Amino acid sequence: MTDTKLKQNHEPLIHITKRDDSGFWKSALVHLIGIVIALMLSSLLIIAVTGQNPMALFKSMYEGVIGTPIANSGINKKYVESLHIVAILLCISLAVTPAFKMKFWNIGAEGQVLMGCLASAYCMIEFGGKMDNTVLLLVMLAASILVGAIWAVIPAICKAFWNTNETLFTLMMNYVAMTLVSYFIMVKDKSGRSDLGIINERTGYGYLPNLFERNYIFNIIIVAAVTVLMFIYLKYSKQGYEISVVGESENTARYIGINVKKVIIRTVAISGAICGLVGFMIIAGDKHSIKDDIVGGQGFTAIMVSWMAGFNPIVMIPVSMLIVFLSVGSKFATSAFKLDNSIGDILTAIVIFSIIACEFFIRYKVNFRKSVKGDKS
Amino acid sequence: MSFALIIAFIQQSIRLSSTLLLGSTGEILTEKSGNLNLGTPGIMASGAISGIIGAYFYTKSSLPFNPLISVLITMLCCIVGALLVSLIYCFLTITLKTNQNVTGLALTTFGVGMSNFVGSLINSQMGGTGIAAFPEIGKAYRAALPFADKLGVFGEIFFSYGFMTYLAIVIAVAAGMIITKTRIGLNLRAVGENPATADAAGINVGRYKYFATCIGGIISGLGGLCYVMDFAAANWQNNILDQFGWLAVALVIFAVWKPNMAIIGSIIFGALYVVGSFLPSLTTKDQKLLEILPYVVTIVVLVIISMRNKKENQPPESLGMSYFREER
Amino acid sequence: METKAAIELKNITKTFGSVVANKDVNLTVNRGEILSILGENGSGKTTLMNMISGIYFPDHGQIFIDGEEVVIRSPKDAFDYKIGMIHQHFKLVDVFTATENIILGLKEGGKYDIKQAAKSIKEIADKYTFDIDPLKKIHEMSVSEKQTVEIIKVLYRGADILILDEPTAVLTPQETQKLFNVLRRMRDDGKAIIIITHKLHEVLSLSDRVAVLRKGEYIGTVETASTSESELTEMMVGKKISLNIERSEPQNPQDRLVVTDLECINREGVKVLDDITFTARSGEILGIAGIAGSGQRELLEAVAGLQKVQFGSIVYNDPKTGKEENLKDKTPLQIRELGVRLSFVPEDRLGMGLVGNMDIVDNMMLRSYRKGKSVFLERKAPKDLAEHIIEDLEVVTPGANTPVRRLSGGNVQKVLVGREIAASPTVLMAAYPVRGLDINSSYTIYNLLNEQKKKGVAVIFVGEDLDVLIELCDRIMVIGSGRITGIVDGRTATKEEIGLLMTKSKEGEHND
Repeated sequence: MTDTKLKQNHEPLIHITKRDDSGFWKSALVHLIGIVIALMLSSLLIIAVTGQNPMALFKSMYEGVIGTPIANSGINKKYVESLHIVAILLCISLAVTPAFKMKFWNIGAEGQVLMGCLASAYCMIEFGGKMDNTVLLLVMLAASILVGAIWAVIPAICKAFWNTNETLFTLMMNYVAMTLVSYFIMVKDKSGRSDLGIINERTGYGYLPNLFERNYIFNIIIVAAVTVLMFIYLKYSKQGYEISVVGESENTARYIGINVKKVIIRTVAISGAICGLVGFMIIAGDKHSIKDDIVGGQGFTAIMVSWMAGFNPIVMIPVSMLIVFLSVGSKFATSAFKLDNSIGDILTAIVIFSIIACEFFIRYKVNFRKSVKGDKS
Repeated sequence: MSFALIIAFIQQSIRLSSTLLLGSTGEILTEKSGNLNLGTPGIMASGAISGIIGAYFYTKSSLPFNPLISVLITMLCCIVGALLVSLIYCFLTITLKTNQNVTGLALTTFGVGMSNFVGSLINSQMGGTGIAAFPEIGKAYRAALPFADKLGVFGEIFFSYGFMTYLAIVIAVAAGMIITKTRIGLNLRAVGENPATADAAGINVGRYKYFATCIGGIISGLGGLCYVMDFAAANWQNNILDQFGWLAVALVIFAVWKPNMAIIGSIIFGALYVVGSFLPSLTTKDQKLLEILPYVVTIVVLVIISMRNKKENQPPESLGMSYFREER
Repeated sequence: METKAAIELKNITKTFGSVVANKDVNLTVNRGEILSILGENGSGKTTLMNMISGIYFPDHGQIFIDGEEVVIRSPKDAFDYKIGMIHQHFKLVDVFTATENIILGLKEGGKYDIKQAAKSIKEIADKYTFDIDPLKKIHEMSVSEKQTVEIIKVLYRGADILILDEPTAVLTPQETQKLFNVLRRMRDDGKAIIIITHKLHEVLSLSDRVAVLRKGEYIGTVETASTSESELTEMMVGKKISLNIERSEPQNPQDRLVVTDLECINREGVKVLDDITFTARSGEILGIAGIAGSGQRELLEAVAGLQKVQFGSIVYNDPKTGKEENLKDKTPLQIRELGVRLSFVPEDRLGMGLVGNMDIVDNMMLRSYRKGKSVFLERKAPKDLAEHIIEDLEVVTPGANTPVRRLSGGNVQKVLVGREIAASPTVLMAAYPVRGLDINSSYTIYNLLNEQKKKGVAVIFVGEDLDVLIELCDRIMVIGSGRITGIVDGRTATKEEIGLLMTKSKEGEHND
C-alpha cells in the first residue's frame, strides 16, 4: 500500500520500548559485553598513560593482586591481602543490599561503617587491658553493631514516618560521622599530631587473633559467613520475603497485612548493623587504628557493587573481585611509573559506567524505523 | 576577637562561600530538572583540575604571561572539563535511563580519581614538591577591585575579593531569576516536578534535562575552579574538593532549592567552616566540632520540611527518577 | 455540514504486547459538533484518543486533519494541529498556579508576563462562563477546578479540536450541567469536541453524533437525534448472548457478612461510599454492577481492611462459632487473626494481588508465609499448591518458578484466584476477575466461583459484563456514585433494568 509507505517515512527514526523480559543468558551476555568494554577502555587508559602493552599490563596486574610466593618459603601473602580487600568490599555490599531491595536508597554505608570503626576503637582505648581480651572483642563487636544500626535507623525512622528523602539524609550522615571521628581523634590524642597511630600496639588488646598464622583470615571467615547468611536471609527467611514484597509493591504489602513502617525500620537497622560489623573488622582485624578516611570510599563503591550484582549476594562475590582486581592490580601495574593511586578509582568508575550502561539493552528495546531500506531520495 | 580579626574572618568566609555557592547553584539547576546529581563533587574536582591543566600548559608555553589571558584559558578549560563530565552523567541517566544514585556516585569516584591522578602527574612534572602551584594565576584570580582599599572597612568587606566571588553571586541571582521569572524556568520546574505533564505540554523533557544538567555541571565546575584558583591561590591539592562538593549538595537542601537562599546559606556554611581558626580561645577539637554544623543543620532542615510537608518546600517531585514516556 | 472533517481516522490499530487495544478504527469529527465516544471499560477509547494527542504512536493507520494526512509523533505535534486533550488523570503540576500550568510549554513571543497571561485567562473564562482563580495553586483546588484549568489550558493554546476523557466521572450533577453548558457554547463557537464517556444519558443530552467502540473495535457511528438508549446499549454491550453459565439454587443461605450504613472518604477527601447497606449470604453469589469508579473498589477494600471507614459497620458471622465480629477499623492482619477467612481477588492483579517479579511459588506464599513459628520460609506447601493450581486450572507456564509477570493475563488471574480459593475462604470477593481474559479462562473462573458457592462460601463478584452478571449471580447489587441504586434478583433481572439503575445517581431519582 502506498499510503502506508508514506506514513512510515514520517515515523520517528528511533523508537524505544520497554522490554518485558530478556532471558538469563541474554542478560548474562549483555553484562559480559559490558565487562569486556570496560576492560578494553581501562587497558586503553593505562596504555595511554604508561605505554605498556596490554598483555604485559594484565600480567603485572595479576601479579599485583595474586602475588608470587616469597622465595624459599612458598608463602604468598599477597592474595590473602587482596582477598581481605574483597571481603571488606563484599561485606559492605551485602550490608546495603536488604535496604536497596526494599528501594530504600541508603547511601550512608560509608558513615555507618565509620561509626562502627569509631565504636570499636573507643572500646579498644577505654577498655584495653581492663578486661579479658575475648570479652573486649565481644564488647567491641556489640558496640560496633549497635552504633552502626543506630546510625542507619535515624534516617529510616524519618523515612517511615514523614517520608524524608533518605538519599540526602544518609549522605549527610556520612559527613557527620567523619567529623565525629576527627573530633574523637583530637580528644584522644595527647600528642597534638591528630593521629592516634596504632592503638594498643604493644599490648595487642582488642586485636583479632591470627588464624593459621595469618592476618585477615578471621575477617575473611566472618565475611564468608555473612555472605551465606545474607543469601539465606534474603531468599529463605520470612523477613527476607517481606523485604522483597515491600520493595516490589507497597500496595501488595498492605494487601497481605505487612506493616510497611516496621519492615523499613527493621531492614535498615540490619543494614546498619552489618556496616557496624565491618567497622569492627576493619579496626580489630586489620588497621588497629582510626582515621576519618579509614573506610576509603568503599561504602560508596559497595553501593555500586550491590546494584551491579542485581542485589544477589552470590553474584556480588565476582563483582567485588572484579572491582578489587582492577583497582589493586592497576595500582601495582602503574606503581613503577610513579603514578597516583587514584588510577584504581578511575578504572572502577569506568567498569561501573560500562556495566550500568549495558543494562539499558536488557530493560529496553530499540526499534529503528523499518523502511530505511533503499528509497532515500 | 579583635576588629581586624573579625574582618579577616568575614573575608575568609565569603571567599570560601563562592565555591559552595557555585557548586550548589549548579546542583539546584540540575535538581530542578529532576536529576539528583550525586556526581557534583566529581564535577567540581574535574572543573578544578581542568583549570589546572590549562594553567600548566599556559605557563609551560612560550607565550608571555598575561593575567587576563591566563584567567580566560583556565576558565575555558574548566568549562570544557566540567561539561564533558556532565555529559557522561546525562548520557547515562537521561538517554540510557540508568539509576541516578549509582551513576552519580560513580561519577564522583571518576571525577575525584581523575583529578587526583592528573594533579599528581602535573605535580611530578613540575618537580614533585607535592603541590602544583601557579602563583601568578592565583594572583590574577585574587585581584581585588582597584578602589577596594580606598573605602576602608566597607571596601575590605565588600570589594576585596577576586572576580569569582562576584561572578558567583551574579550567577546565583541570575539562576534564581531564570527559575522563577522566565518561561524557560517554568518549563524546567515542570520537568522536575512532573515530567509526564511537561511532556504532554509539549516540552522536550530530555533536552531540558540535558541542558539543565550540563549548565548546572559547568557552574558547579566553576565552583571547583574558584576554590583552587582563588581560595587556594592556584595551588593544587589532592582530595580536597570532594568535601566541598558534598557541602554544596547539602546547601541545596538548606536553601530549599532556591539560589537566592543559597547565597545566604553559602556564607553561613563558609563561616562555620572557617570560624574555628579565628577563635583563638577555641581548641582545635572544638573547631572540628563546629565543622559538623553545616551537615547537622542540613539534616534538621530536611527533616523539618518533610514533617511540615508544605508543598512549596519539597524536593522536586520526580527527583531521582528517570522518565520514560511509554511507561505503563 | 458538508465541510471537510476536522479529524478523520482510518484503520487505526494499536497493540501493547499481545493485547490489541484498538483494531482498524475509523472515525470522523466535524467542526461545530460534539461527538461522543461510547464504550465500556477497556473498549480502547482512551488509547485511541491518546494516539490523536501524541501520547502513543499507532502501529498502523492514518490520521487526517482537515483532509490532509498528518503524523502526530508527540503532544507538541498535536498542539500544532490545534488538538487539545483533557485527560482523565489531570496532567497538572501541583505546586504551580493555574496560570503557570496553563502557559506551561508555550513558545509565545515577547516577554514572559504572568500578569498578562492571567488576564487573558480570565477573559477566556468569562467568554465561556468558567469560574476560576488564575493565581490559585493546583494542590489547593477541588477536582472540578482542576478540570477547569485543564480545559482552559487547551483553549488558551488555541485548540479547536477538544478531546475530553470521561470529564464527568469526577463531577457532581451540578458541575456536570455547568460543564455541558460550556461545551455547548464552544460547539456554537465552531470547535470540534470529542467526549469519551459511558454514561448514556449524557451522550443523549449533549452530543450530536455518537461513535461506539467495543473491545477495541469500531462498531459504528449514529446521529443522536435518530437513536435511542436501547439502541446505544445494544451497540455498546452487544447482543444478548446466551453464555450458558451454570447456576445452582443457593443451599441453605445464611447471613455471612452484614454491611450497614457504610461511609468512606478517599485520600482526596471525596466521599466515595455513602449509606451502603447489604448482606452477603453463604452459598450464593452476590453480583455488584455499576459504572467503573462508582465505589466498587473502595467497598471491597473497606471490607478487606485496606480502606478507612468513616462510619457504619461490617459484621462477619463466623459459621463455626456463631460469633459476630465487626471488621471496621481492623487491619488485614487483625482480620486474619480473628479467624475470618476472607479471600480477596483485587482488581489490580499485578500491583496488589500478586508481585509480578516473583515466581508462582513465592506468590502462593503471600497469604500463607506467616504460618509456623520458624523464621524461615516453608516452600514445600506453596510449591505443592502452585503445582496443584497449575495442573487443576491448566495454567500455561514454563514452570512453577516462572515470574508471574511473564504469564498471560488469563494465567495470571488463574494463579491469583487459585491462591485465594486455596485458603478455603468463607467469604470470597473478586473484583473484575475476568477482565482482559479470553473466553476459556473466563469460564474457568466462573466455574471456580460456582464451586465455591456450592461449598457454602459467600461470593461477592464485581463485574462489568452485564450478561455474565445476569447469568452467574443470584442477586445483583447496583451502585452508582457510591450509593446503592438497587438490588435485583439475578434470575429475573434484565440487562436494560440494570443498565438504567447504573446510570441513576440516587435511588428514586433518574436523569433522563
